[in-house]
Amino acid sequence: MSPSKFIFGLFFLSTATVGSAKLAIAGEPDVARQKELVHIVRQDCGSCHGMTLKGGLGPALLPENLRDKPTEGLAATIYYGRPGTPMPPWKAFLSEAEAAWIVDKLMTEFPE
Amino acid sequence: MRLLLIACFTLLLNACAGPQLRGTGDLGLIIERASGHVTLVNTTSRQPYARIGGLGDLSHASAVYSRDGRYAFIFGRDGGLTKIDLLEARIVKRIIQSGNAIGGSISQDGRIVVAQNYKPGGIKAFDSETLELLSEVPAEFAPGQFSKVVGLADTAGNKFAYALFDGGEIRVTDFSQPRQPTTQKFPAGKQPYDGLVTPDGRYFLVGLFGEDGIAMLDLWQPEKGARKILENYGRGEEKLPVFKMPHLRGWSVAQGKAYLPAIGRHEVLIVDVATWKEVGRIPVRGQPVFVMARPDGRQIWVNFAFPDNAKVDVIDTLAGQVVHRMAPGKAILHMEFAPRGENVWLSARDDNKVLIYNTENFAKLGEIPAESPSGIFFTSRAVRTGF
Repeated sequence: MSPSKFIFGLFFLSTATVGSAKLAIAGEPDVARQKELVHIVRQDCGSCHGMTLKGGLGPALLPENLRDKPTEGLAATIYYGRPGTPMPPWKAFLSEAEAAWIVDKLMTEFPE
Repeated sequence: MRLLLIACFTLLLNACAGPQLRGTGDLGLIIERASGHVTLVNTTSRQPYARIGGLGDLSHASAVYSRDGRYAFIFGRDGGLTKIDLLEARIVKRIIQSGNAIGGSISQDGRIVVAQNYKPGGIKAFDSETLELLSEVPAEFAPGQFSKVVGLADTAGNKFAYALFDGGEIRVTDFSQPRQPTTQKFPAGKQPYDGLVTPDGRYFLVGLFGEDGIAMLDLWQPEKGARKILENYGRGEEKLPVFKMPHLRGWSVAQGKAYLPAIGRHEVLIVDVATWKEVGRIPVRGQPVFVMARPDGRQIWVNFAFPDNAKVDVIDTLAGQVVHRMAPGKAILHMEFAPRGENVWLSARDDNKVLIYNTENFAKLGEIPAESPSGIFFTSRAVRTGF
């Protein structure tokens, strides 16, 4: 999480505002946003990793492929990209918490 | 009894009369990537006429045509190879030929269909009549290491050119004896992502992701080896992120020049095909994915990677600049011109439709419903090298 977002988050927490903001801090995007993220992963990440996440030019992203990899590293790969490979940084389109949520779903069962 | 027999016979005759005779020159298909369907279309009536399901995972699917334009061979992501009859609107045969595929090509004489595979990395040749496996050429680039194959293109003499993403090579496999193929290898550069053969079948170009430049092989003089063109087109500047790989095919060549997508730059690069020197670059509104010339070469249509995939830019090759900017729909994945280019079909994935535009005045002519449409393939590809 970037410092500015963290401070922004703290501000929300300290002023105890809406529940959805708290959820975002906890890494669970709201339902509408979850739907958007699933669409991005299946359709746009899918252009390299396959719509069914079985891999393409990019590696497969099924639970059995990710099981032995550290979750923080996977979230960092989504957020910052991986230099030297075609994996681009997605930080302009999602937060670190959302990247972590995507990894969590990929490692269990990714929604349709 | 006799009357009954005659009645039955007449019914049978009617049943035999079958569909009316017709040609295939104005037919085509739309890939519906999410649901494993293809919609068959007519480019004269600009209407769908049939829909076929059961084609498996069609993300990144592509199609090539038999010489008569009657049969389409569809390569699915899941390694499925499906032969479709466009006249009878049915699947003729379907096989699973690999674990993970990225497309394919058909030989000059139309007898061999070749699939290019990511897993296991390599190419496989099939009899176009029966889909019987004829031979396979693994993309082994170091002992025990197999590369994903990209950029497969048919060239003269039943040879196929392609590149190895992990191996950094161009390869040319000769299937003139389809069960005993022979392969030549050429160093290409870092991370080839796709390739194209020029419409005359002479030059094979390979886009490189891992370095600024394009590798080129003269297929008429392969002994001269591959060389680089457009080297250092990024001028050492930091690359913009690429959220989708561009696609190359022979449609990039128009009016003696090749119009190619830059990697990590929002530009179309122009190369003179006689000298292979850069002669210009045109700024566009995103990372180009498809840079496609209208069949007459007067216009170049460009679509873009996420997040700019709602846009389409049209370059006029005479003016050398973008002359029309549009935002026709959500997630424009692919474009296909009518055989002689008077209109263009655009697939709008997230709008669940294909949009048809007049290329002369950019007026919208119609739309066709399709579920998550991606590739659009017309039978006019049947007679073109490299399609």
